[in-house]
Amino acid sequence: MMTTSNLTDERRSELKAQYADVFHQDPVKKFRPIAIVVALVAYLVSCFFFFNIPQVFSDAKWDRAGLYMADWVSWQAQPKFRFRDEGLELQYPRFSPLGENPNPDWISSTEAGDVYRVDFGGNNFILVQEGLVEVTKNGQRYDVVITDDAALLPENASNAFEERNGRVSLSFGFAGNIEIRNTQVRVWRRFWGWENFFFDPSSAYWGMNGFEVLTMIAAGPQLEEGQSNLSVAVNDFLYNAEWQHADVFMKLLQTIVMAFVGTLFAGVLAFPLAFIAARNITRSNAANWFMKRFFDFLRSVDMLIWALFFTRSFGPGPIAGIAAIFFTDTGTLGKLYSEALENVDDKQREGVKSLGASPVEVQRFGVVPQVLPLFASQALYFWESNTRSATIIGAVGAGGIGLKLLEAMRTGTDWENVGYMVILILIVVFVFDNISNHLRSKLIGEEAR
Amino acid sequence: MGAVSQSSPPKLNDATKAVHQHYKELARTKKLYSFLTIGILSVILVAALWFANASNSGKFIDRIPYFFDFVLNFLPDDPLEIFRALFDLPSPYADGSLKYDYEEGRHYLFGDFYLPEYFYEMLVTLNIAFVSTLLGGGIAFVLCFFAASNLVGSKAVRFVVRRIMELLRAFPEIVIAGLLAAILSLGPIAAIAAVSIHTIGALGKLFFEVVENADMKPDEGLRAAGASWLERVRFAIVPQVLPNFTSYALLRAEINVRASTIIGAVGGGGIGEVFRLSLSRDHAAKTYAIILLLFVTIIAVDQLSGWLRRKMVGDQAFQFGA
Repeated sequence: MMTTSNLTDERRSELKAQYADVFHQDPVKKFRPIAIVVALVAYLVSCFFFFNIPQVFSDAKWDRAGLYMADWVSWQAQPKFRFRDEGLELQYPRFSPLGENPNPDWISSTEAGDVYRVDFGGNNFILVQEGLVEVTKNGQRYDVVITDDAALLPENASNAFEERNGRVSLSFGFAGNIEIRNTQVRVWRRFWGWENFFFDPSSAYWGMNGFEVLTMIAAGPQLEEGQSNLSVAVNDFLYNAEWQHADVFMKLLQTIVMAFVGTLFAGVLAFPLAFIAARNITRSNAANWFMKRFFDFLRSVDMLIWALFFTRSFGPGPIAGIAAIFFTDTGTLGKLYSEALENVDDKQREGVKSLGASPVEVQRFGVVPQVLPLFASQALYFWESNTRSATIIGAVGAGGIGLKLLEAMRTGTDWENVGYMVILILIVVFVFDNISNHLRSKLIGEEAR
Repeated sequence: MGAVSQSSPPKLNDATKAVHQHYKELARTKKLYSFLTIGILSVILVAALWFANASNSGKFIDRIPYFFDFVLNFLPDDPLEIFRALFDLPSPYADGSLKYDYEEGRHYLFGDFYLPEYFYEMLVTLNIAFVSTLLGGGIAFVLCFFAASNLVGSKAVRFVVRRIMELLRAFPEIVIAGLLAAILSLGPIAAIAAVSIHTIGALGKLFFEVVENADMKPDEGLRAAGASWLERVRFAIVPQVLPNFTSYALLRAEINVRASTIIGAVGGGGIGEVFRLSLSRDHAAKTYAIILLLFVTIIAVDQLSGWLRRKMVGDQAFQFGA
């Protein structure tokens, strides 16, 4: 609890006079923080207009945002009802996630096959028949009449219905949407989860649950001549057409390899070069200067430029990525190593030198033991951070999972694959983060991280 | 220690012998571990190299002789072309193709005064980097106090905030950029969001470590005077950590300039995108002009930020990992 002070005015002015420098602040100093904040805000506002943000946001396709986010964790079935001369026909696209002869429980039909019912969960369903689609949304019934050249908006249509060029469309929210035309009714029905994650419809294991798969592997009849059921299962899993597990794992391994080899080579090359760059070890200003500018050059040309350059030289693939990381990090590690060398304790070197050691021995026994843990720790830190950056330079063609991610995003429909790869990347980064942290704390002690 | 005869080695008593023995054993174990580490590393390395070579589209050994072909075949018509491309001056080789259309990219500001295309694109990239650093740094600044064990008693709050930071740090930037590019169309906004989100995670971690190392005496003083949590953070912690925060933010700005260049190349706009385009279209003069501009800009940003950091926190801003 604050207590009110009982200073008299007299005493107050006395104190002010006594400690003038405490009560009087330099106005420049006083207003500097405010001025900096105002300048930063002004900068942000100017950038707001520089990037034309209002325009971009008004042009944005916000409806897509929800769709794409939903795609990360859900999938769609896309059946089609066609009005043929022979009657009503139910069709699925090729390579449908439902398999070749689907009979999902959310589609039912009359015996004669002239009326189909599609359920959208709750009190939402449609009845499709020649010339008429009865839509029931939240218990309310709407009749969409189909003439020879257009589908007609129902008279009691709510705002949820949309009509364009003789096509009537309606969304059931997450559960899906429909589009009614004069020739067909298209249905998009959405479900939670990743469809066919383990086995695609072409596999004998498709549609089985985990227990059934295990029984099949252990005791089921042989599925393929000359191949055990286990190897069929592994093969079908790895070459799943929708999820491409084998390819994803391969690309992820490439990314890991790029970071590992690139950083290792960079560390190995930067090690001797740093001795040349360090003022206190190589007593030649020209050599120091030249080496340091060389490191600056490697660093400043930027990983992106090296990546694009080596992609042109070696062709797309992990070698280009390794070379890009190697070049950039030779510069970065070389700079850090030479700075560490310049800070070493000279007493140990003098001690070794006084025993009559050769110049190489002085470095080996007087310097290296001091800096090696630090060097290894810095290399480990870059290994870990390169695992992250290898993803992104992969996207410009330098190999690894980056390109695969970019391709999956470009199609605009494979967001569940993007989600899968993101999860794998996160796992790899977390694991490496922990390994690197653990090793580093062993090398240079807990407090130094 | 008494006098030790020069001719024969000194006699060791049993205790010293045991110590000596022990030391030798330890040294042997250490050597064994070193060899094992090097051995395992070499095996992994060879396997990794073989794998990389096998899955690359061009093979390393086959491609080595052609290593410099690309550079040798990729030369501008004359060295001055690079500067004409850089400053958008008309080219004597102009044949109406995209390769020599340097003047097309001019951004007229007023009258005849124009900003050359690549300077404009570089400005876009720099703005992406600085805006992301400010936005990400601002959010990290707010978050970091909730992750510091000396300010927040609740383990659950700290755990959640730290995990959020880790997630933001590890989430691939390219996915955020790609997702936003699909919604907002390709351009700098997607890049800003991607780089900002990564910045929150990266700076948040550094920030809360600084806060945890802060001297708690001012905090105790304020607590004794009855200050609220917010007042304690504002008057006891912030003044202590602000120089280090600014220094880290400047370091991050350097990194973000590079990051936004790369993000640009995969569709985020700015210099990265024009660079990728000019390289894939074989426009040598333009490519070298961009490399030159990028090189100079990155060095300038590094120097400026280094100077500011040195001014703010002294040489300790340059000790890394130690």
